[in-house]
Amino acid sequence: MKIGKQSLTFHNVFIGEGAVVVGPKENQGPLSDYFDKAYDDLYCGAKTWEKAEMQLFKDAINISLSKNNLAVCDVDCLISGDLNNQIIIGSYTLRDYELPYLGIFGACSTSVEGLIIGGNMIESGSCSKVLVGTSSHNATSERQFRYPTEYGGQKPQTITSTATAAGILLLTNTKGKLCLSGATIGKVIDAKINDPHDLGRAMAPSAFDTIVTHFNDFNSKPNDYDLIVTGDLSYYGKDMLIKLFDEININIKEHYDDCGLLLYNQEKQNVFAGGSGCGCCAAVTYGYLLSKLRDNTYKKILVVATGALLNPIIVAQKETIPGISHAVIIERIDD
Amino acid sequence: MIYLMAFLIGGAICALGQIILDLFKLVPIHITTIFIALGSLFDTFGIYDKLIKISGAGATIPISSFGHSLVHSALEKAESVGYIGILTGVFNLTAAGIVSSIIFAFIVALILRPKG
Repeated sequence: MKIGKQSLTFHNVFIGEGAVVVGPKENQGPLSDYFDKAYDDLYCGAKTWEKAEMQLFKDAINISLSKNNLAVCDVDCLISGDLNNQIIIGSYTLRDYELPYLGIFGACSTSVEGLIIGGNMIESGSCSKVLVGTSSHNATSERQFRYPTEYGGQKPQTITSTATAAGILLLTNTKGKLCLSGATIGKVIDAKINDPHDLGRAMAPSAFDTIVTHFNDFNSKPNDYDLIVTGDLSYYGKDMLIKLFDEININIKEHYDDCGLLLYNQEKQNVFAGGSGCGCCAAVTYGYLLSKLRDNTYKKILVVATGALLNPIIVAQKETIPGISHAVIIERIDD
Repeated sequence: MIYLMAFLIGGAICALGQIILDLFKLVPIHITTIFIALGSLFDTFGIYDKLIKISGAGATIPISSFGHSLVHSALEKAESVGYIGILTGVFNLTAAGIVSSIIFAFIVALILRPKG
């Protein structure tokens, strides 16, 4: 049901088990206990980086099916997207599955965009089980958006490090402990930033717009959530978001964190301004945050996946980098 | 003495590149093209040859020497065969570098793969 300007409420969308598969760096970080599988090698047993990302995605689908005790035929639809041209990870991986598939692109907001679309399909009663997922790989992103690693270009401190991770989450109409209770669909917000090495600050205004709209639509405030988490704003974007809220006299600092900063140990791991990528928000949300909701650490959280709608060709034509952020409320249902 | 000058001149060229990279919103490929352009400009006025004379590798190793070599060989050929030499001679001095980089890149790609 639509609520307010851009938001939706769900009454019948429950969250099943998620599966997260990560690369070596993510597994050396502080959240390693919350992942289902990890590879020690960035190639993940495959011959190329793209095939490695497909391997992560395939593992995540298989693990999530087995954790939920489902066969492929039990799933009504899989919704996914990634950062590669023509979102090849989803389409090529799903060649091997008899699964209805919807491919979406929302850059790094995909993990939540999928939840909103899947949530609607369940809420409407047209589907009973929908898998939502996404993936990213450090080396495929470096080639897609930055430089090939072999080039050895210098990186500024504002740059983020793309997470090597794939996450899949089951949305179902079967009642469970966790539910998806609301969502806010973001608008494309252009902060007029054209530096592809500072995506955190390019996306922060879109996260701000979505969160403010969310508060208005649901008539809520930061204290209503145990945690508000953005996808991959980096230290720079996080600071900018806190300052933007300070300007309208809302203090979100105590309840706010960023998935890219939770995923890595900033002092010991060389990830510049923090983690990023579709898999970053997915790994932290589908893995770590859901566990924290299940073990009663949190009751209600707001996940705001942040996407920089970056395309290297249009940026080379002196265009700016717009951002988009989608938000969902995930909460625990106490009996 | 030439070692000291190589360190000073080579170091100064690299430091200038780093400063430009840090101060302006540029990417490494900008630095490469700026220094190639500067190298060819300096050669036009005969300055780059003087730098090479006093600092040796300090001036020949940085990418600016690539620009110097392009102009240098084009002018040299132009003097010997006329204006057409600007076109035919431009890669004379750099051919070895370009071809060897292709060959070595090919060999390395055959035996190694990137680690990410």
